[in-house]
Amino acid sequence: MRYESPTTVAEAVELLGSEPHARVYAGATDLIPQIRSGRPEPTVMVDLKHIDRLCAITSTAAGFTVGAAAPTADICADGALAAEFPGLVEASGLIGSDQIQNRSSWGGNLANASPAADTPPSLVANCARAVIAGPDGERTVLAAEVATGPGRTSLTPGEFIVEFELDRPPARTADAYLRLTPRTEMDIAVVGAAVRISLDAQGRVADAAVALGAVAPTVVRVADAEAALIGREPAGDALAAVEAAAAAAADPIDDKRGTVAYRRQVAGVLARRAVATAAERAAEPQRGDRP
Amino acid sequence: MTITEANPGYKGYKYVGTRLIRPDGLEKVTGKARFAADLNLAGQLHGAVVRSPHAHARIVSIDTSRAEAMPGVKSVITGDDFPSVDPGHRQYDMCVNIIARDKVFYEGHAVAAVAASTLEQARAAAAAVEVEYEALQAVLTIDEAMADDAPVLHSHMLTRGAEPPAEAPSNVASVTRFSGGDLEAGFAEADFVVEREFSTKPVHQGYIEPHACVADTGQDGHTTIWCSSQGHFNVRSSTATLLGWENTRIKVVPAEIGGGFGGKTTIYLEPLAAALSSQAGRPVKMVMTRSEVFRATGPAPCAKIRVKFGARSDGAIVAADAHLIYSNGAYQGAGGMLGAMTVFESYKIPNFAVEALDVVVNTARSAAYRAPAAPLTAFATETVLDEIAEELGIDAMDLRLKNAVKEGDPSTMGFPLARVGFAECLEAIRSHPHFSAPLGPNQGRGLAAGYWFNIGESSSAIVNLNEDGTATVVTGSPDIGGSRASMALMAAEELGIDPHDIRPVVGDTEAVGFTDITEGSRATFATGRAVVEACRNMVIELRGRAATMMEAEVGDIDWVDGHAVYTGDGDSEGKEPLSLAVIAGKAKRTGGPLTATGSLEAHGAGPSFTVHLCDVEVDPETGVVSIVRYTAAQDAGTAIHPSYVEGQIQGGVAQGVGWALNEEYIYDSDGVMENPGFLDYRVPVASDLPMIDAVIVEVPNPAHPYGVRGVGEAGIVPPIPAVANAIHSATGCRIRDLPMSPVRVLEAITAAGARANGG
Amino acid sequence: MTRVHVTCTINGDPAEFLCDGGQTLLDALRDEVGLTGVKEGCGTGDCGACSVMMDGRLLCSCLVLAAEAEGSDVSTVEGMASGDELHPLQQCFLEGAALQCGICTPGFLVAAEALLERNPDPTETEVRYALAGNLCRCTGYDKIVRSVMAAARSINAGAGSGH
Ligand SMILES: Cc1cc2nc3c(=O)[nH]c(=O)nc-3n(C[C@H](O)[C@H](O)[C@H](O)COP(=O)(O)OP(=O)(O)OC[C@H]3O[C@@H](n4cnc5c(N)ncnc54)[C@H](O)[C@@H]3O)c2cc1C
Ligand code: FES
Ligand code: FES
Repeated sequence: MRYESPTTVAEAVELLGSEPHARVYAGATDLIPQIRSGRPEPTVMVDLKHIDRLCAITSTAAGFTVGAAAPTADICADGALAAEFPGLVEASGLIGSDQIQNRSSWGGNLANASPAADTPPSLVANCARAVIAGPDGERTVLAAEVATGPGRTSLTPGEFIVEFELDRPPARTADAYLRLTPRTEMDIAVVGAAVRISLDAQGRVADAAVALGAVAPTVVRVADAEAALIGREPAGDALAAVEAAAAAAADPIDDKRGTVAYRRQVAGVLARRAVATAAERAAEPQRGDRP
Repeated sequence: MTITEANPGYKGYKYVGTRLIRPDGLEKVTGKARFAADLNLAGQLHGAVVRSPHAHARIVSIDTSRAEAMPGVKSVITGDDFPSVDPGHRQYDMCVNIIARDKVFYEGHAVAAVAASTLEQARAAAAAVEVEYEALQAVLTIDEAMADDAPVLHSHMLTRGAEPPAEAPSNVASVTRFSGGDLEAGFAEADFVVEREFSTKPVHQGYIEPHACVADTGQDGHTTIWCSSQGHFNVRSSTATLLGWENTRIKVVPAEIGGGFGGKTTIYLEPLAAALSSQAGRPVKMVMTRSEVFRATGPAPCAKIRVKFGARSDGAIVAADAHLIYSNGAYQGAGGMLGAMTVFESYKIPNFAVEALDVVVNTARSAAYRAPAAPLTAFATETVLDEIAEELGIDAMDLRLKNAVKEGDPSTMGFPLARVGFAECLEAIRSHPHFSAPLGPNQGRGLAAGYWFNIGESSSAIVNLNEDGTATVVTGSPDIGGSRASMALMAAEELGIDPHDIRPVVGDTEAVGFTDITEGSRATFATGRAVVEACRNMVIELRGRAATMMEAEVGDIDWVDGHAVYTGDGDSEGKEPLSLAVIAGKAKRTGGPLTATGSLEAHGAGPSFTVHLCDVEVDPETGVVSIVRYTAAQDAGTAIHPSYVEGQIQGGVAQGVGWALNEEYIYDSDGVMENPGFLDYRVPVASDLPMIDAVIVEVPNPAHPYGVRGVGEAGIVPPIPAVANAIHSATGCRIRDLPMSPVRVLEAITAAGARANGG
Repeated sequence: MTRVHVTCTINGDPAEFLCDGGQTLLDALRDEVGLTGVKEGCGTGDCGACSVMMDGRLLCSCLVLAAEAEGSDVSTVEGMASGDELHPLQQCFLEGAALQCGICTPGFLVAAEALLERNPDPTETEVRYALAGNLCRCTGYDKIVRSVMAAARSINAGAGSGH
């Protein structure tokens, strides 16, 4: 196995073009355990962390650009990002331990395509876009379109994610992420629920995104829950409707981490709780009307 | 550097009971301590093991030729390289577990091993060993093993203890029965009878250090093994047995051990490394991966338990019946028998019967785990007692106090108990502020008691006095939790010198007398007694030397606070007290080096009782259980080093809580373990636990000079029922299957809700 | 196979070693550099026994390629004490009996040092969450958490008195 650390996107693209069994990585927190458990070894390990763009976290007029290899510890330490995307940052902070946090990335979390990954539901709920580089240049897709099934992505050979783009949220908007794990830390989600809520000036839901993790091969958007919220106050019957819709939308499997029945039931509970938290945050005064 | 210590002595002892900085501590906080995997010898090869992918299969053939031809490979061994072993041999199971012969009995069973210049080469060669298997139907659960048409794992296995004697082989290794009184009459006398069933899953000891060893066989055949084990004399004899060697051919040097909890009382790698080394003529290092540790080393047995209790309305337990089935993995084990010895031990029950079965299945051979079998019997007994208390309207604490065994009561096996501290532990919990603290919403409190009988066995110690009056204390007990500190304290107390002037060390198999494994909570009790005996022999010698120096009769010399003091009626001129250092400094002129030994077979270990109180908070919508407060009182007899007694209690609680809530082996339908790593085998992490208030109760054990009772194991016994009782108190649900994971707790809550709604 | 030549700083001293492209920093530190205070409990990021600092970041060295250490500043438990002065964490671990078998201790010490640098006065809960990536099977964490908090107090008291 060879180690390479390109310093530009172009260099990385070229390297991947010349080495069919090369593998990009950021934190290697998924990749090394997978190799240890017997998955085929790549011939070249392409470390993306020496490319500035892949580690940068920048705030622009339109929103944020977050490098695909930026450690989640840096993401969590970014106050501006956390203020605008509290749920997405919470999801990032849930990955592994402090040790893992110093390595784990959004790019790896998404491209690893584990159905139980913590940040993809929040990336989806916030309509994040992934900028992808490859032999044919760069293209931008919705983060929701990257993972296509357990361990499978829409990335073609030689492509990798460069960065994520997030639009600045409208007024009275906030997100939340909740997950269920048997332990308090160091555990993989049995169910995850990401919610983003926009309120109107009267405190009714103007826009909603509800996305579930670990209950299907990829992140599930719960359209019925979103519809049940629009135009209503995020309380009482609306929350009950979210719970029922999320449970119904979940299409989980029985595995070592949980059962179908459990995941369905808890998907509803977490979605309801996440809606309540996101709505509470959306109503915070600092998220009021923007100039 | 200065190192300060808290708590000066108590109970009239000068050193015993103080919190000495452990002598091996500095090396461990600076990264210098050598654990087995830290050793590297010049020219050393690396070993790798070929393991079965099948849970049950016949080995048709093994072709090592491709592996042997690979780069760097120096030796390859299979079962054929070891002497054949007869199923009747006492250590047969251990031998064929370490390397399979004609059959493999679990996924991960070793079938061959390779040594090569680098670990990568060894692993590549191991992957190139071609093993042809004929897969057999795997038997994974107790029910499958006991089914009428179950495939029989071991064709030689006739049920031991069966009445009438077994004629055909089966998967039931043994039956154990105890009884006393008249069961039928007992139940007839009861006002309330309750019968319950319990089931559990295998769990792993979960020590953080994987098994590791280095073996070096010289051209004369003499082999030195450095390894991490709970008993290096046992490593020596087991390795010798497997290889057909004499004990003298092997020297085992104990490395620091990174946790064992019973799992390192047996061996796995050492004979393989020794065989590879003797073939290759080079040292061979072998280290397991975490996945190998989970798949191929000792989980604790799991069990199905049925208990029936009868109580009078005043709370007196008048009858109890237990039927226990323990699954011990691929080979016969003692889970059931130990379960039978613990299920009713805590309470005085006039009429009882226990039947325990030990069963084999196609999972890794089980090994001891802290108070083996007892946590599961306590799960049954202590939760049913809770139910009885609830039913009879008696406080759970009062019910236990009413029935608790005390000195003189007969044990299940009929022997009268010596002085025990059960009632004292119950009282300690009752008077603890935790007992009456208010609970928050969704919180519940559970009480449970635990018992472990402890063992004595053989121990040896040597005390050598150095010219400057310092001492070296050599024992044969690997130190798995700070026992060297306790040895230094006891020796200091006996010799009357500062414990900092004593260097306690663990000697190799050629440096100290035979010593049994560190197990059964025996080190401080039995090896401590050997140290005390060696010190007392030393004091006799010192008094003799002082007599020579003072020109007095030895009978006129006492040993007081580290000094020989003349107490005779004669002229005391020139007979001023002589310090140990002065006598040691003159040893050359009074008879030569000062050395004394103590070797004994320790009896009277005396059981340890413990009582736990646990508060949980249950999320009623997700079934997640958080431990919010925990208090554990345990009888330590005398705490030689209180910090390490507390540490044993706290560690036992943490393991027991893990067992209760989330730990379990998960197998797929072919018997392949699905969670062989710490991400999905969920031991508690720091944020899963509160502080664990350890209350040391001291009811001295009459069989130890300082009153020590072993404390290493009992702490793991009550947590499972304490958590279960707390969950019941919080939710009204009784859970009788482990683990009490969120999935299972929510199932119970949902089912209870449905029942309530249904009327 | 050509080996990678890595030049870096380890525990304050310049260091060089050769490693394979796929070798982890854990294996290189233990086998090439001889720093066996860095322990392997799992090799998959789950136990924290292999914790080291690299360029100011706390990492599981089992999940880092050794080649990544080129030009970096690595520190391990072996570098915590200065001369014959133990680090307050080491001192408090000894006094507080925060170790039983001691295999997890190096990882806990390194992780706790990283915590106290970031948060000099952590609450019990903060300590527990910050150390959740380090498994200890012996102690039940009680004495470890207490010792970390004692070390924080001792460091803060020292800082207050102008040391
Ligand atoms: C102890 C432990 C705990 C964990 N806990 C959690 C948890 O709580 N929640 C959770 O979601 N995950 C968890 N994980 C998994 C892992 O840490 C996360 O998925 C992490 O975000 C992966 O990021 P990485 O940079 O380390 O990925 P890497 O291992 O570097 O890469 C993962 C995969 O993505 C590919 N890849 C990486 N970067 C890119 C890119 N820019 N473009 C295209 N492909 C790329 C790699 O080729 C590889 O296939 C845990 C892992 C460990 C070891
Ligand atoms: S060895 Fe690196 S985390 Fe366990
Ligand atoms: S002291 Fe043994 S694992 Fe922590």
